[in-house]
Amino acid sequence: MTSLAAPPGFVLILGALLLPFAKGRLRSGVLLALPLVTLWLVTQVPDGEILKVSFLGFELVPLRADKLSRLFAFVFALMAFVGGLFALRQARTTELAAAFAYAGSAIGVALAGDLISVFIFWEMMAIGSTLVIWCGSPSARGAGLRYAAIHLFGGVLLMAGIAGEIAASGTTTFSKLDVSTLPRWLILAGFLINTGAPPLSAWLPDAYPEASWSGMVFLSAFTTKAAVYVLLRGFPGVELLIWVGLFMVFYGIVYAILENDMRRILAYSIVNQVGFMVAGIGIGTEMALNGAAAHAFTHIIYKALLLMSAGSVLFMTGRRKCTDLGGLFRTMPLTTLCGIVGALSISSFPLTSGFISKSMIAEGAAEQHLALVWFLLAAASAGVFLHAGIKFPWFVFFHRDSGLRPAEPPINMRLAMLLFSALCISLGMAPGTLYAALPYPVAYVPYTASHVVSQLQLLLFSGLAFFLMLGWLKRTLTITLDTDWLWRRLGPAVLSRLDRGADAAWSTLTAGVLFVAGTLNNSLHRHHGPDGVLGRTWPTGTMALWATLMLCAYLVLSYVGGPLR
Amino acid sequence: MASPDHDHWLARPNTISLLWAIFGVILTTVVLADFLVEHHPLFGLDGTFGFAAWYGFASCIALVLFAKALGALLKRLDTYYND
Repeated sequence: MTSLAAPPGFVLILGALLLPFAKGRLRSGVLLALPLVTLWLVTQVPDGEILKVSFLGFELVPLRADKLSRLFAFVFALMAFVGGLFALRQARTTELAAAFAYAGSAIGVALAGDLISVFIFWEMMAIGSTLVIWCGSPSARGAGLRYAAIHLFGGVLLMAGIAGEIAASGTTTFSKLDVSTLPRWLILAGFLINTGAPPLSAWLPDAYPEASWSGMVFLSAFTTKAAVYVLLRGFPGVELLIWVGLFMVFYGIVYAILENDMRRILAYSIVNQVGFMVAGIGIGTEMALNGAAAHAFTHIIYKALLLMSAGSVLFMTGRRKCTDLGGLFRTMPLTTLCGIVGALSISSFPLTSGFISKSMIAEGAAEQHLALVWFLLAAASAGVFLHAGIKFPWFVFFHRDSGLRPAEPPINMRLAMLLFSALCISLGMAPGTLYAALPYPVAYVPYTASHVVSQLQLLLFSGLAFFLMLGWLKRTLTITLDTDWLWRRLGPAVLSRLDRGADAAWSTLTAGVLFVAGTLNNSLHRHHGPDGVLGRTWPTGTMALWATLMLCAYLVLSYVGGPLR
Repeated sequence: MASPDHDHWLARPNTISLLWAIFGVILTTVVLADFLVEHHPLFGLDGTFGFAAWYGFASCIALVLFAKALGALLKRLDTYYND
């Protein structure tokens, strides 16, 4: 084992800064080489705290590894490589540089041994991902701002929590934290915001689909899965997470069923899949935690595959709404096939990667006799096939003939899809390698006759339900309101109402003041002005007359009054 | 757009009927497989015949119905936020 001087993520982060200076073939070479070097470095990191730095009196450990962190760092680096291959023709180097810095920061989070390093890489991820979004469609500007606001808010919660935790415990080490104190709740909340947990889940389907055809492939992998990693590390077995996870699972399904934009369907299904992982972390047994880690690994691959097939369609047709698409299998058979492999994997079809990972989470619930959780997870598995497994490929590649006849995407995009398709199937057929890399020993056998038959029944009858209800699932040019309505509509409406109210109050107030001041001014002018009674000069005669009159009055009074007598 | 009978073989009405027939056979087979396979039910209900089949089917119907109800309340034109 080589001893490393710097965290592997730095290769991608520093490489990203050099990327804008590379042109043409050199740029392609750099795009492929950086993640491969990183991938190799990740496999070379030995267990334990490798690098320690003293900073402002705190001991930082920017490089610490065990099986869990290496698993996530590995799949992040792999994702950067295949994402880079897919994005070779992305003209905006800014997007690619941002995506690599983002990927490197995610690897940084996975390999960070202390809370301060986690926070620094966490915020770098927020910056990188916001830049990736901004390189997307014209509507990406607002969406990116909203995304950044939510993530900076999450960062503030995390920062406050970490500061409180360090003040209370005196140590910066990032290890298991039970939720016993306010700072730990804040840390948990900061982590959960990045998983897409309620009530702020809307940031994900709002922002990700506005990224470019290649940008969303990167976005789907890092933020939510880095959050799954930190929850696995920090909060395993926190029961609340079971219910948060189950909410996310059903939220994703229901909103995806109603959605028309193909990439928003896939965005909702990210929340859905991360929900399975969060629920597994909440169950907290070795089986369930292994399941959550394995599912994060396989999910990154099949979700990227799904988004690469959707990205290929967007790249070749410029369209993203199901109502504009359909029948593309005629001219994009390979993209269709790869999309179907991704769709089968996300649905946990036997012989695909999802089958060998997600079932461990359900098994974890079964072992703990959590009947309600188990039944809800089973219902959700059926729902996954409905909203992502069939709905996405059906409306994009089959359904009706949209008349579009796009060619297959360029060779590098096809290669990237083929690579991940092959991985989905090989992981599904031979799970041993992945199981060996999981944090706890695995004694689970996914391929039993009972499990395969049950899963086939569940999925095939969900498929039957889909086709029988096709009329109800007809796509319309609609979106479904979410909690982001609060800050996209209600907030601005209240503010503009307040603004108008304040305006009105201000004008009334100023008018009143002006009226009073005017009246006062007129009255002063009338009495004390040049012609005013009290202001004008009086003739001397008048003075003498008044003085005489006063003296006479005095004389009369002195005769009448007693005291002078 | 080609007429249905001259379209891609996969889109022809005959193929679609054939696919439905094959799908029907597969569905029947996986349910009948419950006679051959020994399940290990944990919670009672999951030991019923063809449990995963009817449960998956019913779950999907319930989810779509719930989504339709929610959609009736929360659906807006996709230009809603653009103005």
